[in-house]
Amino acid sequence: MTKLLKDGKATTDPWTHVADGDDLPADGPVIVTLARWQAEHNSLAGRADGLGIRLESGQSPEAIKDDLARFAVVALEFPKFGDGRAYSHARMLKDRLGYEGEVRAVGDVLRDQYRAMHRCGFDALEIAGDRPADKLEADWRAALGELRHAYQPALRGPEPILRQRHRAAAA
Amino acid sequence: MYRYDEFDHAMVKDRVEQFRGQIARRMAGDLTEEQFRPLRLQNGLYLQLHAYMLRVAIPYGQLNAVQMRKLAHIARTYDKGYGHFTTRQNIQYNWPKLSQVADILDELASVEMHAIQTSGNCIRNTTADQYAGVTADEIEDPRIYAEIIRQWSTFHPEFTFLPRKFKIAVSGAVGADRAAVRFHDIGLFIVKNDAGEVGFEVWVGGGLGRTPMIGKKIRGFVAKADLLAYLEAVLRVYNMLGRRDNMYKARVKILVHETGTEEFTRLVEKEFEDTQGGALDLPAEEIDRIAAYFQPPAYEALSDDPPALTARRFEDKDFNNWVRVNVARHKAAGYAIANISLKPVGVPPGDVTADQMDAVADIAETFSLGGIRVTHEQNLVLPDVRQDQLYDLWLALREQGLADANLDHIGDIICCPGLDYCSLANARSIPIAERISQRFADLERQYDIGELRLKISGCINACGHHHVGHIGILGVDRKDQEYYQITLGGAPGEDAAIGTKVGAAFSAAEIVDAVETVVNTYLAIRQPKERFIDTFRRVGDAPFKESLYDKAA
Ligand code: HEM
Ligand code: SF4
Repeated sequence: MTKLLKDGKATTDPWTHVADGDDLPADGPVIVTLARWQAEHNSLAGRADGLGIRLESGQSPEAIKDDLARFAVVALEFPKFGDGRAYSHARMLKDRLGYEGEVRAVGDVLRDQYRAMHRCGFDALEIAGDRPADKLEADWRAALGELRHAYQPALRGPEPILRQRHRAAAA
Repeated sequence: MYRYDEFDHAMVKDRVEQFRGQIARRMAGDLTEEQFRPLRLQNGLYLQLHAYMLRVAIPYGQLNAVQMRKLAHIARTYDKGYGHFTTRQNIQYNWPKLSQVADILDELASVEMHAIQTSGNCIRNTTADQYAGVTADEIEDPRIYAEIIRQWSTFHPEFTFLPRKFKIAVSGAVGADRAAVRFHDIGLFIVKNDAGEVGFEVWVGGGLGRTPMIGKKIRGFVAKADLLAYLEAVLRVYNMLGRRDNMYKARVKILVHETGTEEFTRLVEKEFEDTQGGALDLPAEEIDRIAAYFQPPAYEALSDDPPALTARRFEDKDFNNWVRVNVARHKAAGYAIANISLKPVGVPPGDVTADQMDAVADIAETFSLGGIRVTHEQNLVLPDVRQDQLYDLWLALREQGLADANLDHIGDIICCPGLDYCSLANARSIPIAERISQRFADLERQYDIGELRLKISGCINACGHHHVGHIGILGVDRKDQEYYQITLGGAPGEDAAIGTKVGAAFSAAEIVDAVETVVNTYLAIRQPKERFIDTFRRVGDAPFKESLYDKAA
């Protein structure tokens, strides 16, 4: 059972991932692969309900930069937790490409990565396994709170130490 | 030296607690070993052949006496009474218990030290020239920037799961490279541009391992304010494009090689355009704040070569040799930089006992304003010694067995742990180093041979830097026997070069004779005052091949 941890809350996920060979459901929000988007671009663009796209860790968001406004969700895959490309892709989406929808992490998403994901701009994490909702939320709070500070600027998280230091000095 | 403020303290404290929690979750079975592995590695905890190994960072190689005493205490309390200084300005403990690691980290935090990012596929401990701040040939002190990089890279959320480890080195010296800068993933030289501004020359893609490469210069000048934005651009390109299909091709050197330096540079520049001038801008106030910690101490007004020193040098030949070989010029008149060789005959290179560490701490307080440096050659440095106290210093070191006068000579061997400790090894390296140091124990003979860098690795991962040894020795496996290949002509510094293999490998019984044959060949053909490496560059490997192999045929 996969759960969605969005902005720190465990919620039921309204979105359906549609694998390449599978038929698209008639309605409801769907997340499709890059390959399907490229092949069925016209019919997908006409869907009434929400559309999301799923990128493999080797697929750069550059590939969809002109279509971003069409997606309510961009799901970035972690095939293994040690494959860290999606951290850079999340930042690219939010920082450089100005994407304003939901960026979510899918795949091998572990508690010890929640904080880095959050700081790199992920809004939502799909979490496999049967850990109860309240435990997941507690994990989230613990993971984010383990380190009170952060040295470097990122998209989210504590104000960088650098800035805090010099704010204190200026005051 | 740098002192932690409240934020730095909070950072290492939180990290210890976080790691304590991770260990507890591992013990409770909430984390699999596979999931725990990168977490422990990012805290310097390796599983070796016989036990865990803990690698502690010594950022840019700087220690004070209090920290050195703490390292001694840890060696005594949690380990077998010694530690091992590595080629990356770290210290390793070979026998800690998993259950005590968090306590060790607590001890380290109390003296502003840690094991953060000393392993794992992240940005590792940033290294620097061990003469930083005290050498005359320096544009600016590289420790300032190494500290800035240490902070920026610590728990960087985007770069904790890179394709592979990532090492950065900084040097501020003109014309000398004591930190093997060109053999790092990113090497930074502090330079002055035509307008007289100080900034950084950036080299990318150097490294040793199974595919040794000299870095490529990708930019002649990066302004100070842009340093972090530029580094982040390089790291982002690497993180997105570095190979993840093959661990042996995952380092940035392979990406640079396969993409081509020009294209790689273009990608970095494009990324840099986007990051420059943003949140990563390094404010001048922050540079000033950190630079203030590295202000030179108040040196006394002294003059060089005081009579007390000259007289002692004249009277005592051993002392004179030590001064000539182990002592370097200091930027302040009347002061000196004293190197402590950790290569006495018959001791594993880089190993120091807890008692010796305590003694070095005392000696540093008495003779060197409390400062100590660790070098990538696995030696120590006392950076601020009065020349008129060198003799007393030498006596004190000699009492500890730390006055070997063999710096940069054949006795000053770099050597990896090899098969005695390491699970990846093909062959033992420490006993080879010991036997070579015994064979060449006679210092007069070493001086006659002159500068000669000999480096030994127990396998192709090259932790012992054999590729950049004037003479390199590589442990290989031949039908389950330990064999040793010789490479010649490598050099780590400003004249960077990668050594080439001379021929078939030698058995453990033959290797020391083979090294001696190489040395004797050099002695026979060298021109007056010609160093080994220069002879090799002049004549190539033919005479060495001939004496090593043809005679036997
Ligand atoms: C159990 C102990 C160790 C293991 C398992 C180990 C493993 C490795 C591996 C696999 C590499 C190759 C990495 C690559 O090229 O991508 C490497 C490189 C390296 N190791 Fe070690 N190592 C160990 C101990 C040490 C020690 C004790 C030192 C210092 C004396 C050291 C210093 C280095 C250095 C300097 C490199 C350089 C290669 C480079 O970065 O290009 N290692 N090590
Ligand atoms: S060079 Fe090989 S044997 Fe030596 S420490 Fe590195 S991995 Fe181990």
